[in-house]
Amino acid sequence: MTKPEGELTWKDIDIGAIVSEPGNASQYRTGDWRSERPTYDFTKCIKCGICYIFCPEGCIGQNAEGYFEADLFYCKGCGICAHECPTGVITMVAEEQ
Amino acid sequence: MEKYSVYVPRLVTKRENFAPGHRACIGCGEALAVRLACKALGQNIIIANATGCMEIVSSPLPYTSWRVPWIHTLFENAAAVASGIEAGLKVMMKKGRIAQREIKVVAMAGDGGTSDIGLQALSGALERGHDFLYICFDNEAYMNTGIQRSSATPYGAATTTSPAGKVSIGQFSWKKNMPAIAAAHDIPYVATACPSYPFDLMAKVQKGMAIQGPAYVHILSPCPTGWRCAPNLSIKVGRLAVETGMFPLYEVENGKYKLSLDLPKLRPVADYMKLQGRFRHLSEGIIKEIQQRLGKEYARLKEKAS
Amino acid sequence: MVKRVGIEVSLAIGDAVKLANADVIAAYPITPQTHIVEHLAELVANGELDAQYIPVESEHSAMSACLGSSAVGARTFTATAGQGLELMHEVLYVASSMRLPMVMAVANRALSAPLSVWGDQSDVMAVRDTGWIQIFVENGQDAVDNTLCAFRIGEDPRVLLPVMVHLDGFYLSHMIEPVVFPEQSQVDKFLPPYKYPMPLHPDKPVTMGAFAPPIIYSEAKKAQVINLEASKGVILECWQEFGNIFGRHYSPVERYRSEDAKVLLLTLGGFSETAMTTIDKMRGEGKSVGLVRIRLWRPFPFAELRQAVKNAELLIVLDRAISFGGPGGPVCSEVRSALYNEAKKPKIIGFVGGLGGRDITPAGFETIINRGIEVSQKGSDREFEIFGVRE
Repeated sequence: MTKPEGELTWKDIDIGAIVSEPGNASQYRTGDWRSERPTYDFTKCIKCGICYIFCPEGCIGQNAEGYFEADLFYCKGCGICAHECPTGVITMVAEEQ
Repeated sequence: MEKYSVYVPRLVTKRENFAPGHRACIGCGEALAVRLACKALGQNIIIANATGCMEIVSSPLPYTSWRVPWIHTLFENAAAVASGIEAGLKVMMKKGRIAQREIKVVAMAGDGGTSDIGLQALSGALERGHDFLYICFDNEAYMNTGIQRSSATPYGAATTTSPAGKVSIGQFSWKKNMPAIAAAHDIPYVATACPSYPFDLMAKVQKGMAIQGPAYVHILSPCPTGWRCAPNLSIKVGRLAVETGMFPLYEVENGKYKLSLDLPKLRPVADYMKLQGRFRHLSEGIIKEIQQRLGKEYARLKEKAS
Repeated sequence: MVKRVGIEVSLAIGDAVKLANADVIAAYPITPQTHIVEHLAELVANGELDAQYIPVESEHSAMSACLGSSAVGARTFTATAGQGLELMHEVLYVASSMRLPMVMAVANRALSAPLSVWGDQSDVMAVRDTGWIQIFVENGQDAVDNTLCAFRIGEDPRVLLPVMVHLDGFYLSHMIEPVVFPEQSQVDKFLPPYKYPMPLHPDKPVTMGAFAPPIIYSEAKKAQVINLEASKGVILECWQEFGNIFGRHYSPVERYRSEDAKVLLLTLGGFSETAMTTIDKMRGEGKSVGLVRIRLWRPFPFAELRQAVKNAELLIVLDRAISFGGPGGPVCSEVRSALYNEAKKPKIIGFVGGLGGRDITPAGFETIINRGIEVSQKGSDREFEIFGVRE
């Protein structure tokens, strides 16, 4: 677990401020950004994977049944998946609901 | 294109070398383009990245979204740093200081870092014939600093340094033809791509990687923030850019042009422009002017590909 | 039986780089360092040096290419001068803050405008703050020795910093000097192979060059400060070992007949040897004068400088660059600052001379010393004087 930047001392800075933990940005919850979230009607899902291919976050994966679903830890709610889904599985709803 | 001939997203590698948790805007077409390129690039690469949107969103100290070796230094030198990496790897393998193996050097930069401030370094690296792949992620302005015009901004688009006003139509020059400039260096492979056509994009990146020598891939990166369109329309807008001829998809292999998508008739450019706030101010007259020029440019491209 | 050869210093530096078995050379020509990169091109073309020679398209790209090659762990060298050093200015900061070791020979040259290809130290003084280790050499042998030491120092795992080796443009770069080259076997022993601790490589992916928001930038800079200061210990260690092996000893501050001198002259670089002639002459006439030379410019040798001048009454500093609108000579202002808090310190008078390739003869140095003594007694209405200007 990387220490948040506000807690790092000058001694914690590695050579030339190099970051040696690949992909540690995955600790950051971008899901807090969204104002809309995807909701699913998987009866329509044909598992084509188009939503997965078009997600800018790369946060869509297959659930236990093999349907494609966004990881809400990262999902920013852009709605591209809902727009591109060929069978209308995904509906974007306001985050407050 | 064998691997992608089935066009099934499920067969694409699950590994995200551009990890989620990056700070790109919602609906960012460039983040998607980088993600798709990384799917094609694999693990055995070293990336030299210029300053820009992708660099900033992926590397706020002490975090990184990169699961492959990656270096950022300055704005205008991605190609020069890549040249140094390529030379360093070559000589170290020759001298036996590191094991001989395939490590592809990839330079990544935005349109500003490529066709403006980075043009010199790119030209030098292409002329010297380094074995590397240069990918330009083109969101058609200096987006990271707040939407200023670049030489890749399309004619008539409004940016903060080419705003629409009483005596201005926005960007006053036609988009600089970077792929043509790259091709003029007589390099083995040049291609244009768009994330709305993900398999075409991945195939072209793979092809560029396989080249022995310099390869240049220019990827249109729809930017909802800068282009002023809804974030869920990034893919649609990218498709329209291709279908209207604003951004044709093609390859140049050893000087020979080849269209990736042959459009019998260009869609009216107004269909593309009406989705984006950056063109909102354009008069019928300017749109007609653009439409005519697009027709001419596309005909020229078809001529080169015949 | 040592073999001493007469060789142009630029070529000697090229040969030193060959002895060091450099891996990557980024080359862009600029007077008066061009002979260095030309000679290296020949060595590579003849297979005498197994290196990748990148003829880049500008100095900015030269230094950028060096960043890339150093980051993958290749021993990297380049050379530049004057305008070239200025063109790569922003990249210099990156090389040091990202701690990418490399060696750069700088044939110190005047800065435009007016255009001048001739030697002075304005290019050096403009890059004081870049965070590089910087060493001044005074003659051809010095240039060869310190090019080798520069690789050793910069690549040391306790240092990992880029190093500049400064030589006078034309007055050293183009002079034929007597040089004793070390044997290849001796160099191989003195200079271990370069191993960067975390190079760019797919087996262990790292991210270099992340950006730092305000909350963490200061910490990154303090880490850099501590590292550069600590490099002094390694530099002294390296020079000690070099002296033991090759019999030529180098120090951060060099002294010539200065121990009991009331009046000291301070110079950097090749002019020092001319000044020594003047010191000898004036001493012969019974004058109490001596010479102090700064060799290690960065990290600044505070302790050694204070030690060298503490018993003098007057210190005359000769600068070969001007900080316009400021205190005149950059070296003089740094020396004054370094000595300000000392309980016992000499009076300090600054001169600027030797600009744009203007030579200073031994007689000229005598004039400077005498004028310095005069100013210290009678005062002056100027912050500094330019020596040798036709009024």
